Amino acid sequence: MIGGLFIYNHKGEVLISRVYRDDIGRNAVDAFRVNVIHARQQVRSPVTNIARTSFFHVKRSNIWLAAVTKQNVNAAMVFEFLYKMCDVMAAYFGKISEENIKNNFVLIYELLDEILDFGYPQNSETGALKTFITQQGIKSQHQTKEEQSQITSQVTGQIGWRREGIKYRRNELFLDVLESVNLLMSPQGEGPLVMKRDGGQGRILVLTQLLLFICPSPGQVLSAHVSGRVVMKSYLSGMPECKFGMNDKIVIEKQGKGTADETSKSGKQSIAIDDCTFHQCVRLSKFDSERSISFIPPDGEFELMRYRTTKDIILPFRVIPLVREVGRTKLEVKVVIKSNFKPSLLAQKIEVRIPTPLNTSGVQVICMKGKAKYKASENAIVWKIKRMAGMKESQISAEIELLPTNDKKKWARPPISMNFEVPFAPSGLKVRYLKVFEPKLNYSDHDVIKWVRYIGRSGIYETRC
Amino acid sequence: MTDSKYFTTTKKGEIFELKAELNSDKKEKKKEAVKKVIASMTVGKDVSALFPDVVNCMQTDNLELKKLVYLYLMNYAKSQPDMAIMAVNTFVKDCEDPNPLIRALAVRTMGCIRVDKITEYLCEPLRKCLKDEDPYVRKTAAVCVAKLHDINAQLVEDQGFLDTLKDLISDSNPMVVANAVAALSEIAESHPSSNLLDLNPQSINKLLTALNECTEWGQIFILDCLANYTPKDDREAQSICERVTPRLSHANSAVVLSAVKVLMKFMEMLSKDLDYYGTLLKKLAPPLVTLLSAEPELQYVALRNINLIVQKRPEILKHEMKVFFVKYNDPIYVKLEKLDIMIRLASQANIAQVLAELKEYATEVDVDFVRKAVRAIGRCAIKVEQSAERCVSTLLDLIQTKVNYVVQEAIVVIKDIFRKYPNKYESVIATLCENLDSLDEPEARAAMIWIVGEYAERIDNADELLESFLEGFHDESTQVQLQLLTAIVKLFLKKPTETQELVQQVLSLATQDSDNPDLRDRGYIYWRLLSTDPVAAKEVVLAEKPLISEETDLIEPTLLDELICYIGTLASVYHKPPSAFVEGGRGVVHKSLPPRTASSESTESPETAPAGAPPGEQLDVIPTQGDLLGDLLNLDLGPPVSGPPLATSSVQMGAVDLLGSGLDSLIGASNFVSPPAAAVPANLGAPMGSGLSDLFDLTSGVGTLSGSYVAPKAVWLPAMKAKGLEISGTFTRQVGSISMDLQLTNKALQVMTDFAIQFNRNSFGLAPAAPLQVHAPLSPNQTVEISLPLNTVGSVMKMEPLNNLQVAVKNNIDVFYFSTLYPLHILFVEDGKMDRQMFLATWKDIPNENEAQFQIRDCPLNAEAVSSRLQSSNIFTIAKRNVEGQDMLYQSLKLTNGIWVLAELRIQPGNPSFMVLQLSLKCRAPEVSQHVYQAYETILKN
Repeated sequence: MIGGLFIYNHKGEVLISRVYRDDIGRNAVDAFRVNVIHARQQVRSPVTNIARTSFFHVKRSNIWLAAVTKQNVNAAMVFEFLYKMCDVMAAYFGKISEENIKNNFVLIYELLDEILDFGYPQNSETGALKTFITQQGIKSQHQTKEEQSQITSQVTGQIGWRREGIKYRRNELFLDVLESVNLLMSPQGEGPLVMKRDGGQGRILVLTQLLLFICPSPGQVLSAHVSGRVVMKSYLSGMPECKFGMNDKIVIEKQGKGTADETSKSGKQSIAIDDCTFHQCVRLSKFDSERSISFIPPDGEFELMRYRTTKDIILPFRVIPLVREVGRTKLEVKVVIKSNFKPSLLAQKIEVRIPTPLNTSGVQVICMKGKAKYKASENAIVWKIKRMAGMKESQISAEIELLPTNDKKKWARPPISMNFEVPFAPSGLKVRYLKVFEPKLNYSDHDVIKWVRYIGRSGIYETRC
Repeated sequence: MTDSKYFTTTKKGEIFELKAELNSDKKEKKKEAVKKVIASMTVGKDVSALFPDVVNCMQTDNLELKKLVYLYLMNYAKSQPDMAIMAVNTFVKDCEDPNPLIRALAVRTMGCIRVDKITEYLCEPLRKCLKDEDPYVRKTAAVCVAKLHDINAQLVEDQGFLDTLKDLISDSNPMVVANAVAALSEIAESHPSSNLLDLNPQSINKLLTALNECTEWGQIFILDCLANYTPKDDREAQSICERVTPRLSHANSAVVLSAVKVLMKFMEMLSKDLDYYGTLLKKLAPPLVTLLSAEPELQYVALRNINLIVQKRPEILKHEMKVFFVKYNDPIYVKLEKLDIMIRLASQANIAQVLAELKEYATEVDVDFVRKAVRAIGRCAIKVEQSAERCVSTLLDLIQTKVNYVVQEAIVVIKDIFRKYPNKYESVIATLCENLDSLDEPEARAAMIWIVGEYAERIDNADELLESFLEGFHDESTQVQLQLLTAIVKLFLKKPTETQELVQQVLSLATQDSDNPDLRDRGYIYWRLLSTDPVAAKEVVLAEKPLISEETDLIEPTLLDELICYIGTLASVYHKPPSAFVEGGRGVVHKSLPPRTASSESTESPETAPAGAPPGEQLDVIPTQGDLLGDLLNLDLGPPVSGPPLATSSVQMGAVDLLGSGLDSLIGASNFVSPPAAAVPANLGAPMGSGLSDLFDLTSGVGTLSGSYVAPKAVWLPAMKAKGLEISGTFTRQVGSISMDLQLTNKALQVMTDFAIQFNRNSFGLAPAAPLQVHAPLSPNQTVEISLPLNTVGSVMKMEPLNNLQVAVKNNIDVFYFSTLYPLHILFVEDGKMDRQMFLATWKDIPNENEAQFQIRDCPLNAEAVSSRLQSSNIFTIAKRNVEGQDMLYQSLKLTNGIWVLAELRIQPGNPSFMVLQLSLKCRAPEVSQHVYQAYETILKN
């Protein structure tokens, strides 16, 4: 099990050091600093073995968290614990920074004492922890016996993530379907030119011809997937029993067997989910047998589920790049983006990042829409568009001047990446219902105010050029 | 108020100031002072001098202050044991506190104070806390038992805490169950033999129930514990799998991986024909893919595990190639792991995609990654034959880029492609030769030299190319030097006329000017080979090479099986068993996959019972001369050769010098005209006629009932193959010494002299204990009987099959090679009788999967006869039982290398002609079982 846990600042100074096992000595603190933080070469693995001692580390901004052990621990558990530790700290005092850690070191020690016992992770749900680990340590003295036993039963109980007796005047819940769509496109094929006449005015025609010139057959989708999350904010009284439904193909098809009518209506819109994982409040055995998602939610915000889909993804944008090397000192780059969703919807925060070679000396950019800038420090041309409706296209062209070099190695041509945000779920996921039952209190499903929102964002959205 | 200011006090005299503050009357000031102490402690300052002052602050009703003092105590109690006693009272009092949080805090902290005197006081409060009404206290107490066990294991056993802990597995609270499981698992690791966890279907059921209710961490403890259980049959395995699969949808990756571990392990027990088996396979893929969208560190752990899973059960992820495509922003450790898995998944179906990706990667920035990508292209070519051509052309494209490390890497893999597909892609050699100058890494240089040497006849200027390397011969690494030596010898054999000078040059460089013994030895061997018999040299050096295998870096199957049992843990990340990185005895219990035991199938025809090897198979064992010579060349030739050899015509050099004088000094009977008789073991060494040896057998038989079974002599080396020398022989064991009884017959027309014998390294280190002595020259048609004493102190190398022995015999005509199989019973030693208690303990200790079952048919003997016959061959009967009319014999034997083999022999009385003996063998080295069984059969049937 975990033998010790250290937190360092970027210089390698120890901010927190808590040792749980006798086999971990003070020298372990230094060993990690010398061999990992101060190592000359880039870290090649998140797990390092130094003199039969294993170090697991994660980095948050410039803070290092390291768990140490001399045993054959469950490695996945150690990393999950380190992430959880970060979540707990963030929930208590916000951003994980050197200053915040120093300001809260007493609290952190208190937390470490509670959530890790002899190296075994214990209940680490912030909801439960906040009931008895507070920044004013005096509170626990004034608790009544009932309060105390309520705390302990919550910390150890089946529903360790929620306390009893929560009351809201207005029962309300928010559901956010947050998706990140990932794409990897191959570079342009050298297919035949597809000429498309656009009967516009002369000026546009020139531009379009230019555009067509640079648009041979589009690349192919090498891989595309959506990783989505359903985040729920619940402000509900009592211990409400919730049931969540979405247009999961398996469920719809199962129901569809009875009424063929419904299958034709909704069957088309159902989506195939490759895999999903749930917050620990969801009854997994029930999902496994009936594929129904039922749970008693924690109070406040939490991530109900994560899912992944690969079939029938709506790719909100297509990126069509063309890079031409003109001699040894010049590159011509043209990039067209096409939006591919309902014209009534608006995409926001669009950013296209076109990498430039390290020996770039100057860049001239022309773009039809938005603003484009060459950022020398990032070795890229960054093209930003605030808003763009569906079924539109836009184009940028750039001339890149290069310094002649002796470097034999060719430029690696990193892929063109893209960022955006769209108000729909690219996977096609739809929330069908979220039912709330609280038999002990007098409010019904109808009294709960429910909000649903869909946001699709770019994950790693890359097109090779 | 911020606490960061406590980190800044660095001035002198601070300890003194702190002392004053700690003793202040004001509560706030006290608390501030303790915080400063903790801050100093954190940054590594020694504040142990403040021990009494800090402990004084312990008596407080402020919980935050109390926790800080406890933290201090945990750190310094060990260095101040006497003063730590002062704290005991407070702990004991706190354990009685009405507030469960304080009770738990006290018992938790007390367990962390590793002072003997304190642990004594801990027992009573701990006992109470284990039965506390509050689950929070109980779950803390459960872990405390593990802490106490770490400090004083005996105390925990004496106080009966283990039983209380076992009771907690049935606790009503899931978290108490989980912590009890964690504590018990840890304690059980340090007592591998004790049946502490006592997993049975009932307790498993309790654990599976708790699994649905406890926290994510608790689920991990329970799943890891479940993985150590071995279900009794496939039905139980399936029902556990069914209850574990829902965990695959958990948000916590560690829960998922631990569930995968349980499923992968229990799947071993399921029949592949089962529908459920297929369902399970399908269910495993999506969660494994999902792990790849976790944070990079977890992805790394997941990928290392997937690497194992893909090797064990490739069918699970065979359609998921795309998810392992490398993303530009992946950390390097994720990229390298993904690449590894891509190659493992590459098949004819997806090779086009894979190649396109690999080509892309070969242009990236990170040098290690690019190298690995280039190497991967080569591995694809070797793995998927249909793609080889495309791979080669891709590699050629990459060579055109002229990026130094890409070119070098490409040449290394092209060499392997040549070895896999000979005579197919040699047209690219010209392109490779263009890049000769840019190679600066030993591996690439060696590969290039190999290619030039191997295809010297197709490269016009091969001699020039090799000559250019020769200039800086002594600056090259050994790898390159060896390769250059061999390449030039090859060249010489192919184009002898133009390259005589070159070969002389390299041979003298290697033998005279080099300090490296490997290089010198190889140089001498080539030299002698070339000067003695160029035709033989050609056969040896230019022998056809075996094709290389497809997968080169697979994990060895037994290690793989063990690692599968460690999925999710560090062992699976390092790809090493825990014993390789864990100190001491902790957690190094060897784990292995459960054997398949079907409930429906009867056990009468166990899969492991093979029929005796057909005689035809034995012939396959004998390798071709080329291979054998290769092996013999690896023999340690003993003391270095003195002086350079004669390079001039060496036909007259005589056979004595054939393998160098070093070898002669080992075997060199031929140099002695008449060896002193005293040097030979009195009873065996002297040559004797067959009559005499029969007599001798009789006398020795008096000593040891009757000697070990001796098989009749068989022809080992037919005269056809050995220029007229026929050798037949057998092995015997008498009074603890092994000998090889040989019969040499001269079927040629000339007299044979100067006999010598040498063994190749073998599994049990068999070696001649004395030189081979043939006193008089062997005239045509004469036969001589020789008994060659053997010992088992020679060097050891595992052979296939295990009892294979490769022998070289030399006479004045030539050197001849043959190989033979020796019966294992010549290795059974006289003190192989195991104590009865020992036998029982060892039998239990050896895991069941090491047990092998055999049948011996047609053996009409009763138990007594069997027992006495086996005893004469050093298989000792330890006990005899009669169960339901069957005689059971329990036997033991020991091999010369100290390996014990335990046997259970079941004799079913009845019709003698259908008598079947059931033999179960258990041994820590299961590979010997097969041969022990053969020994049983030979002994009993003759």
